[in-house]
Amino acid sequence: MSDAESATKPFTIKGATGDWEIVVGLEVHAQVTAQAKLFSGASTEFGAEPNAQVSLVDAAMPGMLPVINGECVRQAVRTGLAINAQINKWSRFDRKNYFYPDLPQGYQISQLYHPIVGEGSLEITLDDGTTKTIGIERIHLEQDAGKSVHDLHPSMSYVDLNRSGCALMEIVSRPDIRSPAEAGAYVAALRQLLRYVGSCDGNMDEGSMRADVNVSVRKAGQPFGTRTETKNVNSVRFIMAAVEHEAKRQVDVLESGGSIVQETRLFDPNSGTTRSMRGKEDAHDYRYFPDPDLLPLVFDEAFIDQCRASLPELPAAKRARYQADLGLSPYLAGVLTAEKETADWFETALAATAAKLGKGQAEVSLRVANFVSGDLFGALKRLGKDIGESPVGPDALAELLALGADGTLSGPLMKQVFEAMLETGERAGAIVEQRGLKQVSDTGAIDAAIQTVLDANPDKVAEYRGGKDKLFGFFVGQVMRAMAGKAAPGVVNDRLKALLDG
Amino acid sequence: MSNLTDLSLTEMKAGLAARMFSAVELTQAHLDAMAANRHLNAYIVETPELALAQAKAVDDGTRGGPLAGIPLGIKDLFATEGVQTTAGSAILKGFVPRYESGVTANLLRDGAVFLGKLNMDEFAMGSSNETSAFGKVISPWKARGSDAELVPGGSSGGSAAAVAARLCAGATGTDTGGSIRQPAAFVGIAGIKPTYGRASRWGTIAFASSLDQAGPMARSVSDCAHLLTSMCGFDDRDSTSLDLPVPDFAAGLTGAMKGKRVGIPAEYRLDGMDPEIAALWDQGIAWLRSEGAEIVSVSLPHTKYALPTYYIVAPAEASSNLARYDGVRYGNRVTPPGGNVHDMYAATRAAGFGKEVKRRIMIGTYVLSAGFYDAYYTQAQKVRALIARDFELAFQQCDVLLTPTAPSPAFAFGAKADPIAMYLNDVFTVPASLAGLPAMSVPAGLSASGLPLGLQIIGRPLDEMGVLDAGLAIERAAGFTARP
Repeated sequence: MSDAESATKPFTIKGATGDWEIVVGLEVHAQVTAQAKLFSGASTEFGAEPNAQVSLVDAAMPGMLPVINGECVRQAVRTGLAINAQINKWSRFDRKNYFYPDLPQGYQISQLYHPIVGEGSLEITLDDGTTKTIGIERIHLEQDAGKSVHDLHPSMSYVDLNRSGCALMEIVSRPDIRSPAEAGAYVAALRQLLRYVGSCDGNMDEGSMRADVNVSVRKAGQPFGTRTETKNVNSVRFIMAAVEHEAKRQVDVLESGGSIVQETRLFDPNSGTTRSMRGKEDAHDYRYFPDPDLLPLVFDEAFIDQCRASLPELPAAKRARYQADLGLSPYLAGVLTAEKETADWFETALAATAAKLGKGQAEVSLRVANFVSGDLFGALKRLGKDIGESPVGPDALAELLALGADGTLSGPLMKQVFEAMLETGERAGAIVEQRGLKQVSDTGAIDAAIQTVLDANPDKVAEYRGGKDKLFGFFVGQVMRAMAGKAAPGVVNDRLKALLDG
Repeated sequence: MSNLTDLSLTEMKAGLAARMFSAVELTQAHLDAMAANRHLNAYIVETPELALAQAKAVDDGTRGGPLAGIPLGIKDLFATEGVQTTAGSAILKGFVPRYESGVTANLLRDGAVFLGKLNMDEFAMGSSNETSAFGKVISPWKARGSDAELVPGGSSGGSAAAVAARLCAGATGTDTGGSIRQPAAFVGIAGIKPTYGRASRWGTIAFASSLDQAGPMARSVSDCAHLLTSMCGFDDRDSTSLDLPVPDFAAGLTGAMKGKRVGIPAEYRLDGMDPEIAALWDQGIAWLRSEGAEIVSVSLPHTKYALPTYYIVAPAEASSNLARYDGVRYGNRVTPPGGNVHDMYAATRAAGFGKEVKRRIMIGTYVLSAGFYDAYYTQAQKVRALIARDFELAFQQCDVLLTPTAPSPAFAFGAKADPIAMYLNDVFTVPASLAGLPAMSVPAGLSASGLPLGLQIIGRPLDEMGVLDAGLAIERAAGFTARP
């Protein structure tokens, strides 16, 4: 993984006739975070009773008309700015016509000809630390469809229109992705970015983010092959599996003399395979045309400026700053910026710790970063909680870290106090006070404890003095145990060395 | 009091205000007239109880407004809360909306009384009212010396017949390519289509979204002005609604033409034009000139492309707008035994739509399909822009345009069985629709056979006032008093 070659040598599928490259483009559908749907005032909350969130417009009652929800426009523009994309101040909605029971209007309002966001890009980081820029062709706004439920009745289907009309951003990548790992990294990076921007909650389980996966294969240096599109894949893992399976399937077809049919396929999460959804004979002619119920969507530079000003520091910038300004490793910077909530939490804790110690943030950053990414993450994982639900808040953690930094608590004592904080929700100072957990640096007490240990282990003392240096750790452990972990480790080391050698 | 139905809307307002008669009496007189004229088939649904309750509230003083107590008929294209709304189609038979259209809500706000829902061509597609699933509407007019039944025009044929036959004081109409103006001309009444965006389209069943506009039909220009003021106004539920103040058209109406420039578009003088129509047009020109207007000849060079353009754009939009009538959520559904959902769609729409609607859905589907889109739809949009520019340039030379409304007087049922012959009826009305301009028809005379003929006035965007003034000038000069 870590060899330099992996960055430059393309991912290939080994076929009987040689190596095949894979070419992937992703169309990610992200439900826009907004209180109301794209063209109606109905609520967008997930999990309501079927058909409880359906306005007259969503049900396409006769004479109903769409009116654009400005918040969805704002979120699309903010997302576009976050991928450094061209923002189109003039865009337009088109109708995509087809019949389906969960599509009440008989058409989906989308943006084929003039999308709101044009060319942009997203940088991805692979496991080996290499980075790659994936082009994004466009982002357009469109309506989601409802949901057909086929298993409630033997011969009829039910339709739930709660999702009908919810705003989606369709984020279309360039065919720049060359491996399942890149596909996974792209979706993960995009999800992270959307969550930072706040334009999509990224909940893939609830269907608020899903991808259509376009895959083709080719021999090195050849033009793009015929692609297939696997619809509605809804997790990073499944997207990677769909890419891998589909590419292998295509190689098998091509090597056995067949050709790839441009078609829509479905991913089966149980088997990890794809299968044909509909063939050419069912190919839709969507008869796109500009929606005459809507005026072109027009906004000015001031609106874009407002959108830009509302963006938070984005993950890439944050990672760079953590490394450059706070001196964190790429790994720590990546872990701490993975989620905006985590980064916010870390930054609050960092500022509080620095303030309590009267030091600069860069001086205490490593201490805070290590504790957050190690002890805190471990505890949260054990407790099954998000960082937002952490029983220990950032300021409480800062107090604990300050007690460690000023020598009040040793490393082991800090862990002990932290556990108590998790359990009781009390502050570190209070716990130290109540339980008398203060670190002991008094040489008299420590010398007495050391003497007791040496007296109890004359044989080991003899062995040590005879040259078995490794026994030093044993003595340290015995002394610490005798002092219930409260002894200052530095002092124990010094005194033990002096008494053993002396 | 049997002649209450003969009063103009303005006279009814005055009579009600002076308590010469009550709103209930006025409404009852119309309900009686409706009952006596059911053979015209003007109404699909009559709502006497609702109407009388609304009228009583006016008499009791609990309902008021500029149209308090005025009995109106409502074209069945407007959704009316609690009252069946079908757009003249079998597919919506029995559909009762839980909402009130923007336009009718405005009229109710102003105190109007609704007598019922007026028959119309199915989904407003037709020029003779022969396409309604509820049967044809018969014009109250007959040609001199003939007993043949005549069409009232379309698609607002029920509105036209009802107003002409005194079955309501005025009616709502909608105009996509002439559906207010042509029937108004056929039955000797006035009707105006305002600038696109003036009247809300919310709750009005869509035919062709970029063309549909509601407007009033009534027996005088002044009556139309009263109704137009009430019907228009910004509606934030319609993205194409214009957020502009609406003038009080009735108050502003003067009919003064002194100093106004009236444009006569050369291209409207078609080869083989009915000499009666040409003579009426010349008469109209003479009237306006003698009222002090300056007559200027103007050119609208792309006029000949208007009809083909309209018959691409309107069906294209309709084919998509009518996709929602699929039998899934409301309206009628036909489920063939053992069939799947696509069989249900096909059977539902085959049974629910009439021949003309199917024809237009097919035309629209065709012109939007891959490989034909650019040749038809894109091209039509370009021509549409050129037609709008023609008008823009013409209005640099004049204030309003004067043309005939229709190429002929009303015709007999079945006379225009060829769809193209029927479509040609819209030749004078379609260009203003494509350009979104305000336009009205006023009765100007009778044909040799004793049938009404109308003249059309087309105005600048938002200049309904100028259109109404020219209409009033024609109305006064014509002194049209003929009635069925």
